[in-house]
Amino acid sequence: MAKPTLLSMRDAYGEALARLGEENEKIVVVGADTTASIKTSIFGAKFPERFFNVGIAEQNLVSVAAGLALAGKVAFASTYAVFAPGKCVDQIRNAIAYPNLDVKIVASHAGLSVGPDGASHQELEDIATMRVIPNMRVVVPADAPSTSKLTEIIANHQGTFYMRIARPNCPTIYDEGLAESIRLGRSVELSEGEDATIFACGLLVYEALRASQLLKSEHNLSVGVVDMSSIKPLDSDMVLKRAQKTGYIVTAEEHNILGGLGGAISEVLSEKRPTPIFRVGTQDTFGESGEHQELMEKYGLTARNIANAVLNVRTSHPA
Amino acid sequence: MAISETKPSIEELKEISRNTRKLILESLAEAKSGHPGGSLSAVELVVALYYSVMNHDPKNPSWPDRDRFILSKGHAAPLLYAVLAQLGYFPIEQLKTLRKINSMLQGHPDSRKTPGVEMCAGSEGIGLSVGVGEALAAKIDRKNYRVYVMMGDGEMQEGQIWEAAMCASKYRLDNLTGIVDRNGIQQDGLTEQIMPIEPLSSKWKAFNWNVIEVDGYDFEQILSAFARSKESRNRPTVIIAHTTKGKGVEFMEWSPEYHGKVPDKKTVETIIKDLE
Ligand SMILES: Cc1ncc(C[n+]2csc(CCOP(=O)(O)OP(=O)(O)O)c2C)c(N)n1
Repeated sequence: MAKPTLLSMRDAYGEALARLGEENEKIVVVGADTTASIKTSIFGAKFPERFFNVGIAEQNLVSVAAGLALAGKVAFASTYAVFAPGKCVDQIRNAIAYPNLDVKIVASHAGLSVGPDGASHQELEDIATMRVIPNMRVVVPADAPSTSKLTEIIANHQGTFYMRIARPNCPTIYDEGLAESIRLGRSVELSEGEDATIFACGLLVYEALRASQLLKSEHNLSVGVVDMSSIKPLDSDMVLKRAQKTGYIVTAEEHNILGGLGGAISEVLSEKRPTPIFRVGTQDTFGESGEHQELMEKYGLTARNIANAVLNVRTSHPA
Repeated sequence: MAISETKPSIEELKEISRNTRKLILESLAEAKSGHPGGSLSAVELVVALYYSVMNHDPKNPSWPDRDRFILSKGHAAPLLYAVLAQLGYFPIEQLKTLRKINSMLQGHPDSRKTPGVEMCAGSEGIGLSVGVGEALAAKIDRKNYRVYVMMGDGEMQEGQIWEAAMCASKYRLDNLTGIVDRNGIQQDGLTEQIMPIEPLSSKWKAFNWNVIEVDGYDFEQILSAFARSKESRNRPTVIIAHTTKGKGVEFMEWSPEYHGKVPDKKTVETIIKDLE
């Protein structure tokens, strides 16, 4: 693969918000002392009257967003994932999802890729905790252009959303044309393949694409890669179609293997079309301090780990 | 057994503080990330606690009668590590591994990995409630240990702080001392601009706490405040320490930028020369 352009999801989010704020005066943004870091400050500089910093008070952050939405606004609430949703599952459940308010919780710094801050800051459970709340929709962009597109989608779609982005600059997969194919409840087939399918989200979509190339060059396997940026609603048609076509499924996410993307896809398959599946993710453990790449290696989230999962799922369930 | 039996002089405490600043900056420069501002602001307070105030034993970190220290503003971990290392809880060379993979010194305190670290921290707002729990346990067990909790001033914005404050006064936890590092700055800027917390001392008084304000760099005031907190009966004590974020490094002082930014190794070498 050619050397990818590295871009920031946070910049993409902040700039998209500022652009959308121009089109839609109902958009308001609430922050919690991390606004410069998560780039909602770009919106704040442009629309100071529609921007609120509540300080280090995440439960207040999401509940104030609930009130703004109750009074007719489209409210974005943003901080690091470990704090919101992490610190405020009750407020999100009872004051946002239950009344089905137009609140978009957008969290950055999710997953191990936060790096040296360590386990206390590495949110690996948020897809699971948000996914199981009724009315909540969950989206996980894979790069900067898809972050822009998904920011637009959730802003224009009435209702409660959780969007999860990562801290590091990340390889760019989508161009503007391809980003147009992103839809709520739909997945994007990034590469075709007959021998297995990898369903991935977030930073692991790029790793999945690299895994598919490793498998081609080292084992002459043709392995499809699907970006599941919409985790809820889930594109179960695509899951079933690929299961039928390729027989073997691997999921890949920067999240606990329990309850996240792998969990969601397992639920669909076990009920509708039992299919051999391996889940790549953290193995029900906390992370630790380290550089982003070191952690991906230590916790088994690299292209090599995904490729091995494909080989293992094929050999442990011979056709 | 108790460290406080061999109390250093104020001159010695100042010297330990200087060395602590040096170790904080060296370890952060080696790590290339972390939070210098809020580590440097609270040096004298933590040095006073560990060298003069608390009963503890570096050779026996789980001594049941030790006083407890919880760093609720966990991002100041380099400060706690520098003090614990000097006291011999672990070898000083470990400081070089701060924030690196497989290290015993995590970016935020991890009680499973570091001898002397009482509690995992990093998400602000939680530590005072944990301190209430430990103080309650001491009452049940009729133990005399005390519990100290260090908080940030931005951290005062967390609602949970005030839930804990109410609870501590209900249970008359005179064995609990909170310390607020009132350095005026949080992550996005000045506390009084981001989310004003004043009048802070009246807030704690309204929650029925014994409130003491000190200059966070004057050891006489600091030591006398801790002594008075030990004498408090039926009321928890909070020490509001007026401090300077980035204290000791001129270009970091009062600069929100150095909340979470680490200067490179060269710059740190120059700073350390100036400190000496
Ligand atoms: C619950 C929570 N929200 C957000 C953060 C991110 N964060 C880390 S430090 C910090 C600012 C802390 O300010 P303060 O408590 O005043 O500490 P100090 O200035 O002493 O460093 C923030 C917002 C956090 N650690 N915990």
